[in-house]
Amino acid sequence: MRNSANNTIKAQGKDMTVLELTVNNHPGVMSHICNLFSRRAYNVEGIVCIPIGKGETSRMWLQVNEEVKLEQIIKQVKKQEDVLEVERHDSGHEVFLRLASVV
Amino acid sequence: MQTMNGAQLIIKLLERQSIDKIAGIPGGANLPLYDALCESQTIRHILCRHEQGAGFLAQGIARATGGAGVCFATSGPGATNILTAIADAYLDSIPVVCITGQVPASLIGTDAFQEVDTYGMTIPITKHNYLVRKAEDLLHIIPRAFELALSGRPGPVLIDVPKDVQVAEVSFEKWPTPGSRQEQPPADMERLRAAADMINRAKRPVLCLGGGIIHAGASEEAKGLIERGSIPATMTLMGLGSLPADHYLSMGMLGMHAARSTNIALQDCDLFIAAGARFDDRATGKIVEFCPEANVIHMDIDPAEVSKLKAAHIGLVGDVKQTLGKLIPLITPNEREIWRNQIEVLQETYPMTSPEATVPDKPYGLILKVAELLDEDGFVATDVGKHQMWTAQVFPFNRPRQLLTSGGLGTMGFGLPAAIGASLAYPDKTVVLFTGDGSLQMNIQELATAVEQDLNVKIIVMNNNSLGLVRQQQNLFYQKQIFASDFQIDIDFAAIAKGFGMKAYNAEPGCDLDQLFEKVLGQPGPCLINIPIAKEEEVYPMVPPGASNSEMLGGCNAEQCK
Repeated sequence: MRNSANNTIKAQGKDMTVLELTVNNHPGVMSHICNLFSRRAYNVEGIVCIPIGKGETSRMWLQVNEEVKLEQIIKQVKKQEDVLEVERHDSGHEVFLRLASVV
Repeated sequence: MQTMNGAQLIIKLLERQSIDKIAGIPGGANLPLYDALCESQTIRHILCRHEQGAGFLAQGIARATGGAGVCFATSGPGATNILTAIADAYLDSIPVVCITGQVPASLIGTDAFQEVDTYGMTIPITKHNYLVRKAEDLLHIIPRAFELALSGRPGPVLIDVPKDVQVAEVSFEKWPTPGSRQEQPPADMERLRAAADMINRAKRPVLCLGGGIIHAGASEEAKGLIERGSIPATMTLMGLGSLPADHYLSMGMLGMHAARSTNIALQDCDLFIAAGARFDDRATGKIVEFCPEANVIHMDIDPAEVSKLKAAHIGLVGDVKQTLGKLIPLITPNEREIWRNQIEVLQETYPMTSPEATVPDKPYGLILKVAELLDEDGFVATDVGKHQMWTAQVFPFNRPRQLLTSGGLGTMGFGLPAAIGASLAYPDKTVVLFTGDGSLQMNIQELATAVEQDLNVKIIVMNNNSLGLVRQQQNLFYQKQIFASDFQIDIDFAAIAKGFGMKAYNAEPGCDLDQLFEKVLGQPGPCLINIPIAKEEEVYPMVPPGASNSEMLGGCNAEQCK
């Protein structure tokens, strides 16, 4: 994960692509997703994860700072056994905007 | 209602998967599993001497049969030892199910005796992995693990089972359905038509067959496409055997140690069709200069491979057997005489071998002699190094799964246990292992397993008393500074094999190798032949690492190449 000064505004989520994932909720799922990003050298600026429904699944939002590799990243994320759904938000997501107001 | 403990449940579920062989080593954290295995009437346990051997043995079974191989290891060092074989299976997409013991759940995270984070360590080297938290979860995890290992792009799945889960009692009403390979659809028709159109318009197409052709059982369909369109075909290391070496349109292997003619032709092709191949750097050389003139069609079952390294003009995601089957009728027959002539001229100008290189005591000569003597249905395993590349270059592979070799990870020590696995899967066939003195020493303890199981494994040690490919790179690219790649002692491999109870021969210089091969291949049981090879015998042609495939060094008639 990388952070640079000129990305500060972007990192607050204004126009950075956000991937919204629905995943099986178990203790290893964060490891799986984070490991995928570090192993394949994809940059993630922010991660938010929270259980949904009865706790069987979780929702994850990944703020991804990669333009060229984005298609590749989505394909790799979709391959994960624990990933049930991937939604792409090219103009950012309000989760990060709201978080930015409390940090 | 069925009641049993977690370990017994695992064994029963493996029996229901029709698993009849498991390679492994017992230890503290998987003893309940072994206690349950002891009761099995249908599963034979193969006791290895190192967990890496067990992992490769399971791979040998999987590579030779196409079914899943199963291996067991205990926690801690057992698990870390088996990781290399799992990583190797991941890079070559081999279906292996590895079940490791773990310390009891209450001790996880306490740095208990023989505790490591097996789950965490295997995330990046498995297709999927599990840490089992409740014994009843095994009812869906075990079948799902097999389904995952075998379906789509195959790969290894690891299941880490804490000891308390192995002994916990579980009751259930109904057995789950065993996990099996789920068929995938072919690529969609619109893209197939576009691909056919691109192929029909191409003047100089090349088809590249990768390991995916073998995994999908698609070699007949590949041959169909090649022959209908008269499309010259090359193979990756993992694809060798998918088209018979003597087929009139075969150009053999591409890449770092390809025939000069093959790499030259690829530089000139106007369409590169990859089928179940993933543009590995050893195959493509410097990727931006690979097939510079060509359009690219990429067939793969894994969507993440398409355009990963080289942008595909047309991506055909789906089962390659069905995709090829649907593509063939759309191809207009075309003799492509000019292109084929061009390649034939190249092949005549730059042959792979020469009469001087094929005398019996030279590397190519002895490999070809063994090929001549080995039964049609025999298997060939290799380790990693010069002997592997020489074998890939000249052995006339004529069927899928005939060759077992470590491609992606390039693991020295792969060969012996993998050969044992293939031999266990097909005990009536002969398995020849070409290995080197460096590679053999990396899993030499498995000589004991070969003897104990009394298998038809014939080990041919091409002994140059060095780490040959490393030495070659130092010689070519590090100003001939040979360092840490020459061994300083001579090892008597025949004496060592005899120490394990194996028949063994040292081929003295000038001995009749043909006669020795005939004798060894004609008698049942394991055997080792140690053959001295000059250190100076290099593997040519060679593309320097990182260079374009057009920059080959050495090989027959290299001086004719501008």
